[in-house]
Amino acid sequence: MTQSSTTSDPSSNKEIKCNDQSIDRRSFIKWLTVGWAAFAAVLGGYGSLILRYLFPNVLFEPKQSFRAGFITDYNLGEVSEKFKDQFGVWIVREQDKIYALSTVCTHLGCTPNWQPSEGKYKCPCHGSGFYKNGINFEGPAPRPLERFKIELSDTGELLVDKTKKFQFEKGEWNDPESFVLV
Amino acid sequence: MSDQSNKKSLIEKITQTQVWRAIFRTGIPRNRRQRMMVMLNGVFLHLHPVRLPKHAVKVKYTWCMGGLSFFVFLVLTVTGILLMFYYRPTVEYAYGDIIDMREQVPLGIMREVHRWGAHLMVITVWLHMFRVFMTGSYKPPREFNWAIGVVLLVLTMLLSFTGYLLPWDQLAIWAITVGSNMAGATPLVGTSGPGSALLAIGDVNFITSSSDARFAMLGGRFVGEGALLRFYVLHCIGLPFVIMIFMIVHFWRVRKDGGISGPT
Repeated sequence: MTQSSTTSDPSSNKEIKCNDQSIDRRSFIKWLTVGWAAFAAVLGGYGSLILRYLFPNVLFEPKQSFRAGFITDYNLGEVSEKFKDQFGVWIVREQDKIYALSTVCTHLGCTPNWQPSEGKYKCPCHGSGFYKNGINFEGPAPRPLERFKIELSDTGELLVDKTKKFQFEKGEWNDPESFVLV
Repeated sequence: MSDQSNKKSLIEKITQTQVWRAIFRTGIPRNRRQRMMVMLNGVFLHLHPVRLPKHAVKVKYTWCMGGLSFFVFLVLTVTGILLMFYYRPTVEYAYGDIIDMREQVPLGIMREVHRWGAHLMVITVWLHMFRVFMTGSYKPPREFNWAIGVVLLVLTMLLSFTGYLLPWDQLAIWAITVGSNMAGATPLVGTSGPGSALLAIGDVNFITSSSDARFAMLGGRFVGEGALLRFYVLHCIGLPFVIMIFMIVHFWRVRKDGGISGPT
């Protein structure tokens, strides 16, 4: 460039001069940086919008909390499967208390079957077994089944709230919110 | 005699029309230069090298596993598109449509061809990788193409995984339940993964079962209609699109890195 500007040809001189006016190295690099920054900002903004787009606002799934009837609906020692299909919860009535047990296997998330004759929950996927109270005793499950928050409403109905869970290994089964005294 | 010359002139007439010459630029390849030009000018042939070393066509050396993988991919593309005419990715119809594809649809074997092809592609891709490893073809200057190949392997597995859910039978649902729970164990962004509690302000946890990596993958808290539709779209459009881009680069680099590696 600089070499050609020293030539005596008037037409090329004119051209170089015109180029020199429009852009120099410093402003080229400046605008290049601005351009790339703007491009990256747009790409980043659009990318984060797409990421947010993947998380739906409305789910067509059963509610996370539900009414489970009255304590008198459950017999002593019974494992009720009434809410298993829709909500994924067993209601277990013991001598002194009633609680809501999750039907999600703690190994890899399959749904175990309640086997009344053997008094255990048995997972069909990899053979994990749990006692009636949810404690694991065979197969690959690393920890007991989870329990959900359960309480009595003003009308005396049982309310189960799946958004709050209680894990045995964290000592949370002693939490008064994890059961209702009978 | 005159009949033959008539024939010849007819061929000449056709090959000299503007339409013919516009499509076939090079003409019939009669010498080395023309053979080369045919390879260089065509969009499909130009991926091939103009010349091949003798060892490169030996089945004993390559097992043709790369080529077979690509061939099976083409079969899967064709059969997959055909299956899309009969399959509806909804909880209501999916399983029934799969059964109908065997019982009611003409050539009921189409779905099986797609399924067997899928198994076969995983096998051929692994064997291709094994061959490349055993012949040392991953060594410089081909090391980057090995990395692209690993991406292609992962994409093949993901195609397999997303296709697994579509029959919507018990095996499919629970297999994807198990598989997607592994996504829930992703560090930081999976609700049961290590470090998920770090992304929280006070008591408010940002990574929950309805905001983690697994949730984005399934479009819900469990494998339901959202997951079925997402896996369908990824299986039919998203992943094939990505894998094709990587395949183009992979084939191109085989050429540019010096062709198929030879015995040293």
